[in-house]
Amino acid sequence: MYTFSNKLKTFSFILMAVGLLGIGYGFLNAPKDIQEVEHLLAAESHGGHGEATHVEATHGESKSSEDAHVGAAEHATAHDVKEAAEHQEHLNHVLHQLQNKPWAALYVACIFFLLLSMGVLAFYAIQQVAQAGWSPVLFRVMQGLTAYLPVGSVIFFVILIMCGLHFNHLFIWLDPEVVAHDKLIANKAGYLNFPFWIVRAAIFLIGWNLYRYYSAKNCLAQDESNDDSYYKKNFNISAGFLVFFIVTESIMSWDWIMSIDPHWFSTLFGWYVFASFFVSGITAIALVTVYLKSRGFLEHVNTSHIHDLAKFMFGISIFWTYLWFSQFMLIWYANIPEEVTYFITRIQLYNLPFFGAVVMNFLFPLLILMHSDFKRLTWVISMVGVVILVGHYLDFFNMIMPGTVGDRWFIGIPEIASVLFFLGLFIYSVFTALTKAPLLPKRNPFIEESKHFHY
Amino acid sequence: MSNKVIYAIYNDDDILMDAVKQTRAAHHHIEEVFTPFPVHGLDKAMGLAPTRLAICSFIYGCIGISFATWMMNLIMIQDWPQDIGGKPSFSYIQNMPAFVPIMFEMTVFFAAHLMVITFYMRSRLWPFKEAENPDVRTTDDHFLMEVAINNNEEELVSFFQSTGAVEVKVIEKN
Repeated sequence: MYTFSNKLKTFSFILMAVGLLGIGYGFLNAPKDIQEVEHLLAAESHGGHGEATHVEATHGESKSSEDAHVGAAEHATAHDVKEAAEHQEHLNHVLHQLQNKPWAALYVACIFFLLLSMGVLAFYAIQQVAQAGWSPVLFRVMQGLTAYLPVGSVIFFVILIMCGLHFNHLFIWLDPEVVAHDKLIANKAGYLNFPFWIVRAAIFLIGWNLYRYYSAKNCLAQDESNDDSYYKKNFNISAGFLVFFIVTESIMSWDWIMSIDPHWFSTLFGWYVFASFFVSGITAIALVTVYLKSRGFLEHVNTSHIHDLAKFMFGISIFWTYLWFSQFMLIWYANIPEEVTYFITRIQLYNLPFFGAVVMNFLFPLLILMHSDFKRLTWVISMVGVVILVGHYLDFFNMIMPGTVGDRWFIGIPEIASVLFFLGLFIYSVFTALTKAPLLPKRNPFIEESKHFHY
Repeated sequence: MSNKVIYAIYNDDDILMDAVKQTRAAHHHIEEVFTPFPVHGLDKAMGLAPTRLAICSFIYGCIGISFATWMMNLIMIQDWPQDIGGKPSFSYIQNMPAFVPIMFEMTVFFAAHLMVITFYMRSRLWPFKEAENPDVRTTDDHFLMEVAINNNEEELVSFFQSTGAVEVKVIEKN
């Protein structure tokens, strides 16, 4: 039996405490009204935007000469009024973006850790259905990792409800004022409306949690059983879950991520999101396995198991890139305005995180994990694992931030604190769950094969 | 110097694996093992050096991606620039996303084909090559281990009979 080391427990509590402080700071620091935004923008233009003021000045000159030609003072005042209105609108826009910022930071971290544990759950269900012989020694690690799912689901669901109650503007289609003036969103209102959306979310989360609960329960019951009936039961519910999962996963990705940019759509988005959290989940399994092994647990896990996990990290990283590129290239090539704006925003305003994610999630694991021997080295797995997890956090950041905070993004205190908070909560729930069951599912029919697995 | 070898023939891959391990433990020199299908872990049991095919594969992949880059630059940019969907046809780098699938495919194509050819060459296999199998049954359901004899014929024959061989033959190789 595993015991949660006090050091790690304290560490997770510190993470949560620091995270909560940072999240609170983010919310307190967000501007309350337009005046604050005006001060903020003024301070900014004094700071480093000399170029912008210069352009404005020359622009004003040409305008005035134009006005002289027309010779109508009334035109100028109309212009001023329009400009003032535009300025007001801009301030309002920036205010909304800045008020969204702590929410978006919280949302990205929350959905990232929630989906990470879903990635583990999907991987675990695939192992069950494939009747894999190599992985049963890792089943309890996977079940431990999915123990975050109920915790994450509740927090996430509460955030979704708060979105519906207009605590924030993460989903602009939730705002009836926006829908009234937007034909495209109005056309989608039959699908994108709060009651249907929240009911879908509830069904998905409950369905996933039910599978997680019963699958772990059956796996434990199998330990004490005299036949393989619980194992067979798990096979059946895992197969059913995978069907349910792949449909709900796709819809989930439209509901919780793609609808943040409600004008834009991509048909392979579900797969893209799946690849992202699937590789994160597998990486988390590898990291926790390596950690437990270094603490002297999991005596039956050998380098071949680690090697196989690393192969999956490598393979699914490539798969993620394949989808990333497929989505990008078709839209780039077709160059249809309503589609391509998604990538133009990201390339112009999010250049570093957008391409940085590709480097961290593709180039880095490709070059490091390509070598067979490296896939067995603990320190390589840990290092690449951390880079992959940060890279996929960035990937979710890139999916969610442009539609919520626009060019006001920054990876500062609210963002980092949100990650720390959920990381702490994740570590606490996962390692607490790991103490509750023996780390070896001793009566799994494939357990002998798994113990002797060698590549 | 005699050129005598022993052919120990087995009819099961698990028995063969055990026999190979015993032979190695007894410090007899295994010249070669002939099997009808790849036996998992046999190379490690025989103590063969790890394959360097992966390094070749990486090099071939690099050649492939370079060739594809050169080829697409020649075809689509230098020789006959074409305006496809208004994409810039005068610059490789700006048109690069369109060429990525070709670069990828060429990498895979070069790596795969050259790796197979390298493997055949390294295994001394080429068209019209005479088979080296000492016994045709090794192409069907038998496994054959060839071991050199150094004036210890009697000892080796009884040793291999004890390892579960269905047949032990002493052959004069020329």
